[in-house]
Amino acid sequence: MTRYTLRRLLLGLAQIVAVATLVFALTEALPGDAAVVLAGDIPDEERIAQLRHALELDRPAVERWAGWLLGLFGGDLGVSLVSGRPVAELLASSLLPSLLLATATLLALVPISVVAGVVAATREGGLLDRTLTAVTVGLYSIPEFALGVVLVAVFAVGLGWFPPTAVGAGPDLLDQPALLVLPVVVLLARPICSLSRLIRAGMIDALGSGYVRHALRLGLSPRRVRLAHALPNALAPGVQQLARTTDWLLGGVIVVEAVFVIPGLGTVLTDSVAARDIPVIQGLCVLFAGTTILVNLAADLTTFRLTPGAAGTQ
Amino acid sequence: MHYDRRSFLGAAAMLSAAALTGCGTTPAPGRPRGAVPPRKGGRLRAVFAGGGAQETLDPHLANLFVEASRAKAMFDKLADYGTDVSIVPRLAQGWEPDKKLSTWRITLREASFHDGRPVRAADVLHSYARIADGTRTFRARANLALIDLRNSRAVGDRTVEFALKRPFAEFPNVLAAFGAYIVPDGTEEFARPVGSGPFSFVSFTPGRSLLLKRHPDYWEGPAHLDELEYLLANEESARVNAVLGGQAEYAHDLTPATARTYEGGGRLNVIRLNNSGMQALAMKVDRPPFDDPGLREAMFLLADRPQMIDSVLSGAGTIGNDLFGKDYQYYAKEIPQRARDLDRARWLVEKAGAKGLKIQLDTSAAAAGFLEAAGVFADQARQIGLDVTAKVGNKDTYWADILNEGTICCYRSGAMPIETHLSQRLLSGSTTNATKWARPEFDALYDKAVATADEGRRREIYLDMQRVLHAEGGFLIWGFADWLLGTAQRLHGVANAPANTLDWARFDKVWLG
Repeated sequence: MTRYTLRRLLLGLAQIVAVATLVFALTEALPGDAAVVLAGDIPDEERIAQLRHALELDRPAVERWAGWLLGLFGGDLGVSLVSGRPVAELLASSLLPSLLLATATLLALVPISVVAGVVAATREGGLLDRTLTAVTVGLYSIPEFALGVVLVAVFAVGLGWFPPTAVGAGPDLLDQPALLVLPVVVLLARPICSLSRLIRAGMIDALGSGYVRHALRLGLSPRRVRLAHALPNALAPGVQQLARTTDWLLGGVIVVEAVFVIPGLGTVLTDSVAARDIPVIQGLCVLFAGTTILVNLAADLTTFRLTPGAAGTQ
Repeated sequence: MHYDRRSFLGAAAMLSAAALTGCGTTPAPGRPRGAVPPRKGGRLRAVFAGGGAQETLDPHLANLFVEASRAKAMFDKLADYGTDVSIVPRLAQGWEPDKKLSTWRITLREASFHDGRPVRAADVLHSYARIADGTRTFRARANLALIDLRNSRAVGDRTVEFALKRPFAEFPNVLAAFGAYIVPDGTEEFARPVGSGPFSFVSFTPGRSLLLKRHPDYWEGPAHLDELEYLLANEESARVNAVLGGQAEYAHDLTPATARTYEGGGRLNVIRLNNSGMQALAMKVDRPPFDDPGLREAMFLLADRPQMIDSVLSGAGTIGNDLFGKDYQYYAKEIPQRARDLDRARWLVEKAGAKGLKIQLDTSAAAAGFLEAAGVFADQARQIGLDVTAKVGNKDTYWADILNEGTICCYRSGAMPIETHLSQRLLSGSTTNATKWARPEFDALYDKAVATADEGRRREIYLDMQRVLHAEGGFLIWGFADWLLGTAQRLHGVANAPANTLDWARFDKVWLG
């Protein structure tokens, strides 16, 4: 398994470089560059040429790309074209809020989804199962933006239970845990549905399988059979879904960050694309590609542990 | 999401209107009678759209609304724009040209920087040299290009003598240019800025907040507030919610829909900054089809301006007369308001042989209302047989794209003196001439005006220039938008002063009740 992990990590490194190169090419293909965007509504040609020179955008694209790649291997992500601040510092300060939000969401998501999935599966077709299905599918169908706006209007502005936004909060959102409540609820709405539905389906499959029936015939308690024998198998597809959710959360959910004014990675992404701030966009790609690869690797390894025979790995 | 307004609405293209002039104790024009008397103390939290974690505090780099407001809280210019965009002295106590209008003596008032050093002539010369540096790209550089800095000098500590490259009667306009802030001699670093403004630096987290405190020795008298905090939220609903939820007291830039929802409801004060942004269509006069003045006139006549105000600005604005700078100093109010005349417009279109002509109207989300304006105008044009279709371009590069490409596009501008509008956009050598208006006789009129010392005579020349533009220029200026703010009930003294003028987003004269 160590060899497998190493191979996956090396492959991941190549993937990061490939993704960053592709994004570099795509950003180059976008109309206009940072100089044109910075010039804004005074598109004086001389000024644009000067900006381009100051930002070193007049150097050939290949040269800039090679320089960036060399820096990357030396651990240097470069500096922002707009502010001149190091990209690494910029990403680090916005990673924390996104990370906190993702962690809080996952901590709530896993137990809720597992319990909902298992309960629904054991009462398949019953009132509780149907109610859970209705609620989770209902939540799934509300766009995050709409849900966020409604929750703020009711619970923050109307009832005053929670702060409406995180505006002005420090990077450590844990200083004011109340700030996290509404964003986490919005972030939970969709994953709860997909995850609990998968676990429910997995449980129903597992409960109907031969080994569960065999375990019951042997006289093991139904509770033990459900939790120790059926659940691990039911969790395997859920783990892959959880990896996708984690990846989505770590990318900074732009809509949620905008509605609640959380200065995370999603906000940096929209700002840097609008400003054509290539070094920042590149840095974000490395970060996003890196988390995607790590999260998926972790998911594959977990699946392997849960169902050694079925994971298809060596 | 409303990212459009956050785009670079810099100085040159911002807003203007009523403002307090230099006298600090005058009550704000927008303040109701019997309002709460000024009270000292407290922290005001003002929430703006921002540029994200990439932002800096260098006042010479100021570009966004929030940056302009922060710069004026911490720094001063020599002069600024008053109510009618005439020039109000600030750090300059006064100015005096020589007979030829090519050397100007500026006297500085007694003022001090936050670290106690006095503001001296050397600081002014350093600041202007920094902005004008040919290797840099500061926004105000073009405005300052007129100054011959090598031959300008300090005369003692409190007088600067500026040598100009040519005679220029409107030199005070240069002193008030957007971004022309005075920083202490030798300053290049703005991590902890030191200025002479009403608030001094406390702490800064890029993309999140800037905390300032009262500068007790401010030359115009200390601010009422103890502290001022700038917060950022790009989403309009978040700015409004922050005020409704007690997380801020001032929200910059609301949409007309939000304003209507809360106006008079008692939860949020909506403040309208009238006559704030020029709304226009720019026709390129150097190429078909708008090289035909008859067709330009048809466009002027077909526009249903009140409908544009109602549907594009949701009623938050007033109609324009195809002239920049309504109610500003030198505005040609003598010229009668143009009214809609569809019969004549139809006749002009037929005369130009343009019936059924396909015209592409360039627009984008680069500014609020552009997409709507293009759609509404296209409908109006179809009524007289012009096949106008709106084409949506890239919002980030819009201003560069429309400068030389296309034939007609959406355009807007904020406050600037009429002279600046003429020189930046309507001369043969103007660098941002979006209508491609280039006429030697018009250039000559401009040169004559700015070389004329007598204000009355200058006014006449500006009037002549505006008559020409009204009759056959390329700008169809259909309206002037209000700018909307939301404030908490306990915030008082907010002036009805549109963006870029002195009293817009200025916090040393407001107080918390």
